[in-house]
Amino acid sequence: MAEVHERKFVSADPDKCVGCQVCEYVCSVTKNKAFNPLKSSIRVVRINQLINLSVTCRLCENPPCVRACPRDALTQSEETGVIMVDKDKCNGCGWCIEACDYGAIMLHPEKKIVFVCDLCKEKGEPQCVKWCPEEALDFVTSDVLAQKARITAVKKLFQEAIKETQKTA
Amino acid sequence: MLFGYAGRVLHVDLTTGKTHVEPLNEDYAKKYIGGIGLGIRMWLDNSKPGVDPFSPENPLIIANGPISGTMWPTGGNGHAFVSKSPQSYGVGEAKAHGSFGTELKRAGYDVVVLKGKSERPAYLWIDDDSVQLLDASHLMGKSPGETDDAIREELGDYYIRVAAIGVAGEKLARMACIINDKTRACGRTGLGAVMGSKNLKAVAVRGTRDITVAKLDEFMEYVKEFHERMKGPATQKYRTLGTVENVLVHNSLSCMPTRNYNNSRFEGAEKVSGEVLNDKFVAKIIGCSSCAMRCEHMCVVAEGPYKNTMTRMEYETLWALGPYCGVDRLDAIIKGMELSNYYGIDAISAGVTIGFAMDCYERGILTQEELDGIDAKFGNSDAMVQLVEKIGKREGVGDLLADGAKFAADKIGKDSYKLAATIKGVETTGYDLRCLKTAALGFAVSFRGADHNRHGAYAFDVKGKVNRLVAEKGRGKLVKDMEDVYNLIDSFIVCKFSRGTYYKELPDMAKLYTLVTGFEMTPEQLKQAGERIQNAARLFNIREGLTRKDDTLPWKVMHDPIPDEGPSKGAFVSQAELDLLLDDYYEARGWTKEGIPPVEKLKELGMEDLASIVENKE
Repeated sequence: MAEVHERKFVSADPDKCVGCQVCEYVCSVTKNKAFNPLKSSIRVVRINQLINLSVTCRLCENPPCVRACPRDALTQSEETGVIMVDKDKCNGCGWCIEACDYGAIMLHPEKKIVFVCDLCKEKGEPQCVKWCPEEALDFVTSDVLAQKARITAVKKLFQEAIKETQKTA
Repeated sequence: MLFGYAGRVLHVDLTTGKTHVEPLNEDYAKKYIGGIGLGIRMWLDNSKPGVDPFSPENPLIIANGPISGTMWPTGGNGHAFVSKSPQSYGVGEAKAHGSFGTELKRAGYDVVVLKGKSERPAYLWIDDDSVQLLDASHLMGKSPGETDDAIREELGDYYIRVAAIGVAGEKLARMACIINDKTRACGRTGLGAVMGSKNLKAVAVRGTRDITVAKLDEFMEYVKEFHERMKGPATQKYRTLGTVENVLVHNSLSCMPTRNYNNSRFEGAEKVSGEVLNDKFVAKIIGCSSCAMRCEHMCVVAEGPYKNTMTRMEYETLWALGPYCGVDRLDAIIKGMELSNYYGIDAISAGVTIGFAMDCYERGILTQEELDGIDAKFGNSDAMVQLVEKIGKREGVGDLLADGAKFAADKIGKDSYKLAATIKGVETTGYDLRCLKTAALGFAVSFRGADHNRHGAYAFDVKGKVNRLVAEKGRGKLVKDMEDVYNLIDSFIVCKFSRGTYYKELPDMAKLYTLVTGFEMTPEQLKQAGERIQNAARLFNIREGLTRKDDTLPWKVMHDPIPDEGPSKGAFVSQAELDLLLDDYYEARGWTKEGIPPVEKLKELGMEDLASIVENKE
């Protein structure tokens, strides 16, 4: 039986993201009661003024970070896909940081162990998504993302035809 | 423990490379808030009267505010530079947003006082508690943006924040600015030249500390509320067309200085309107760190002679490089702006100075030969772009013009001073003061020279709340009240574009201050702080030799009536009108006829420790 992917993660829309860092601040204040991007598990990258994107954990299938950990400190929740860090086992060696293709795993500046997006499970929903002023962040499954991308692509292909149908309607 | 404030002041002696840290004076924090207020006060404390702006003894001060580093929308990200201006020889101050100020706060500093002069080109590397002067000889000649990239590359951290000068600052051009985040400038009053005079190419910062506020839960509720306010009507202009909306508004009111004040409306306005800019050139609107508004209209030129130009545009810079030079080509204006950022010059001053040069050329005061062969007729867009480049590099005629219109006029002579639209040596901005008489007063008394951002008094005129063509009593108080609030905005530091979201103004700001710092602050106390900052700035200017005579207007504003048909025809500001306005303003401020704050006033404001500046002058 084929399986519908139900794991939701935080995804940023590059067309909407303006690089304002509100997500970083909200993340750090939710988890640490302080404003500090170094303690945020979502980070903004601004390549230039036109290219901005927030990046965080994508809850990969068969995640390389988990495989990379030499101390088995990282496990993936079967239910939500969240990467869980065993605070007692992690010694901050950073293999997982290196293994992650998205730079989504951070080393806590004081605790010296890694941390990663946990979807704000205690709050019921990711706070960065809730606060994003541009609504650039989505809490979605990869299936829904793919659907959205397909719809956008088809709309672009049939721009003229869509205008025509709107006129008739 | 302090909240909001980092509680520390960093002193750097660029001559010896020695640094020391002192605790922030809490009394100062409450009295002068932060930003320009604290910066002006710290400048007075750390300098001697009459210091030359380019002397190593002239402190260059960086100050952020109590809100910096928090996620307060627009407030988390600002910083101010303060020094003695090489244009006005009085208060030099400019703010910028982006992400530099917030990083400095996380490094643990409210204020950085830079004195001395490095022996060789250097940049300052503030890495939390570690502060070093590093060699910058390989960075000389680079633009602020290139310098930013090079420093982050060589220090090996993408998230390091940099404020840097360009070639113009290195060459002490008096219109040089200091740029962070590629397009955000501490633009006005020539502070890039002060930085250049210290052989300081850039300040790079990395901060890793937590920023905490006194009442976190209430603060977050308040942030949420302001996020909602920022989606509403109070910021609509900035989020949609942007400040460039002013082009058609000012033109319809006949209050847009055109061709160096030869006209007050521009026949080419439709071609350079905000509407056309947004339709043809704006590629994306981006935001500063922590902002929920986003206003930064990034423009891209996709074709033609200026293909692949990318920069931010605002009304003032569009106006200065466009209508003020008679230029009606947006692609050229965008190019002029990009070049201004590249060389690190204030684009308002650049445009106004080029307009001045064009006027000199058309009147035969400057010849084509003296202009390096450039046919600098009004409206010649190529000439405008070439002159920006020459000013930026300080090459040929650019050497003459790089110090701004006033200094150029002093050198040219031949009555050219009549064509220089400056106040206190600082180039004016995009409001025709002949027909905006409340604004005219605000500009005349602005402590940093010609400027709309010290008072916003144009709003009364443009919105029709007063008869803009009349100078009358009562305008003094209007300007005073606006100035006090603007001083607070620049000391907190929050963004002026967000001012409309503070529905109750002072009570809203007082609540914010209290939630962040934990210091109880009433609206009345805050109002007094705004007044105190204005008085501190006035004392700065008095100590450095400025008087009532310097509270004046450009020659054309006072002698050359508006010629254009329409509502403003014939308008100008006479000496009698200016005197009436000044008297009214000084009275509203409780100052003497000569514009000097009496000792009594200083006592009332709790700043009698500065009384020696005025004691022999009352």
